[in-house]
Amino acid sequence: MELMDKLTILTDAAKYDAACTSSGLDRAGRPGTMGSTMAAGCCHSFSADGRCISLLKVLLTNRCIYDCQYCVNRRSNDVRRTAFTPRELCELTIGFYRRNYIEGLFLSSAVWGSPDKTTELMIETLRLLREEYAFGGYIHAKAIPGAAPLLTHRLGLLADRLSVNIELPSEQSLGLLAPDKAKTSILTPMAQIRDGIAASKGELALSRKAPKFAPAGQSTQMIVGATPETDFQILRLTEGLYKKYQLKRVFFSAYMPVSNSKLLPAPQGFKPPLLREHRLYQADWLLRFYHFEASELLDEAHPNFNPLVDPKCSWALAHPEFFPVEVNTADYEVLLRVPGVGVTSARRILSARRWGALTFAGLKKLGVVLKRAQYFLTCSGKTAEGLRVKEDGILRHLVALERPMLSREAPEQLSLFEETG
Amino acid sequence: MGNYDMTGWPQVAYTYDGTFDGFLTCVYESYVHRERAAAFSAPGQAQISLYPGRPVETHPEHARRVRQSLPRRLSPRGARLVTYGFLTALPDREQSLYDFLALGFRRGPSVLHDLTDQRVFVLDRAVKHLTGEAHLLKGFIRFSDQSGVLVAEIEPKNRVLPLLRTHFCARYPSEAFVIYDRTHREALFYRPGEWAIVPLENFRAAGPDKSERDWRALWRRFYHTVSIEGRYNPRCRMTHMPKRYWGCMTEFQTEDTERPALPQRPE
Ligand code: SF4
Repeated sequence: MELMDKLTILTDAAKYDAACTSSGLDRAGRPGTMGSTMAAGCCHSFSADGRCISLLKVLLTNRCIYDCQYCVNRRSNDVRRTAFTPRELCELTIGFYRRNYIEGLFLSSAVWGSPDKTTELMIETLRLLREEYAFGGYIHAKAIPGAAPLLTHRLGLLADRLSVNIELPSEQSLGLLAPDKAKTSILTPMAQIRDGIAASKGELALSRKAPKFAPAGQSTQMIVGATPETDFQILRLTEGLYKKYQLKRVFFSAYMPVSNSKLLPAPQGFKPPLLREHRLYQADWLLRFYHFEASELLDEAHPNFNPLVDPKCSWALAHPEFFPVEVNTADYEVLLRVPGVGVTSARRILSARRWGALTFAGLKKLGVVLKRAQYFLTCSGKTAEGLRVKEDGILRHLVALERPMLSREAPEQLSLFEETG
Repeated sequence: MGNYDMTGWPQVAYTYDGTFDGFLTCVYESYVHRERAAAFSAPGQAQISLYPGRPVETHPEHARRVRQSLPRRLSPRGARLVTYGFLTALPDREQSLYDFLALGFRRGPSVLHDLTDQRVFVLDRAVKHLTGEAHLLKGFIRFSDQSGVLVAEIEPKNRVLPLLRTHFCARYPSEAFVIYDRTHREALFYRPGEWAIVPLENFRAAGPDKSERDWRALWRRFYHTVSIEGRYNPRCRMTHMPKRYWGCMTEFQTEDTERPALPQRPE
């Protein structure tokens, strides 16, 4: 088969994975090698669906012994099958990398023959790339559940980031839709990778020459909207994954109707839950950077996000006793809870107010977006000029602000650089 | 700007050679002769000024003295704001920098935090625009292989080459490459162990050979295949990747338009 055909099939088979970031690691190139990495990551392009393209995201093969219902590559699905040779993948990566098309390789695979055999092929590819091609760019590899721990370990010594997909937000759903995969077989490598990263960090502290194991950390992703879990369940699981497995990122992927299985939503007329995915990402930001807990944002009585306003606004509206916040005296943590005030804005406020009391005009100059924030702030005791809204009117105003986004077919995806306000 | 002179120094209009050292020499002159810059003009940006003209010849030693005083008097961050500021597309670039320096020399490093002052704010915003554009271009630049040398062309609003240099030299330590800035007509050349940024009036990449065309075709195929149809969202793509960058990007060219056109401003 021609390389072009292989590339088409194996990209098509890999595209539903949400993760495409190249972040978490700064590494300069060395003489005689090719490639470097940037801690902030780098988007090389954006596809027509608005998603960042950072890595060459392909499967090693789409030949699979498993039959996960939600997956295009499931054994029972009638699609063309193929596999890259390790050499082909290296050539593609280097050819793309030299032209600055990509930041590196995201190598995933269906399970071909056995988890061990698949992992061995992935290792062979990455070894060639790192050793023979002296490639120093970013590599994200997907660990295959069920592979021997020793193989997963070797994979992690070659890759910068490892991930194991949790796939679905609950054990019941996983059991139903992916009978070949058990939750334990997903969590076992996740724990192994966590421990491998910690051990490697410890060794590096003693000797700079110690081998690095997944230095850019571990991530995972789950499909949203294929199964009946609530946002609360999903967010609590996410929080647990961050805490227990020290993950760098949890990605959400709105289910795309790829199957007629009775166990899944019927594909006819199915709309992928993009807005829901967007709200989950916003909430995920609140967990990671804004010191929120899942149980503050949702509870058993309100298990799903209000689609009309973002999670931070929702929280603010439910906690009128917290507001208004005084710009000139509030702590950093308090400022972060104000809708429309992000990490950057909060820092700027702290540093600017040392030079005199801030006014609303001053805030604008600092780059603080007041559209939302004005309802929740005072400057030296004063509210924004011309602002006359009763409390019950605020929700209407906030909803109106989101309308342009809601009316579009698909909401914008959060990029790496964007902050939820 | 320029109306808030409280020192009583006479106001003059400087003509200089357009280089950073030239600008720093103007600053030096201004302080030595106790006169205030009220306008600047460099070759190619003729200006009629109400103020008496003062041609300034670049003096490397004087420039060096000003440059070395910057980190001390304004903090390293302040010094960076000035060097970067000179690369921005700010309409009154030299004047804005001069006004910022005058303020900074008076008030010291603390001035950097005072974003509510127009002089600081304007410069800070322009520098953010510059670093933002450089960051985007680290991703959006496309190279072609021309007999082993990597060649790229860009059309940035700001002079980003000095900011791209460290990144690409670290990325391709063993390659030879050229990045040509069509807007400002200058080029960054690199080969292992050596680099230079030089003015270059005319530059035109040769057409792609067979192997280069194959690589481009593979990339375009990947680019189109990786997009999920059910999530089609051209608006979001445009927000993250403004149209003005597309002209130099492989994924938006077809076989026939492959030879990039000469400077063309889509906006
Ligand atoms: S094992 Fe992976 S590739 Fe195979 S069907 Fe399941 S999810 Fe798809």
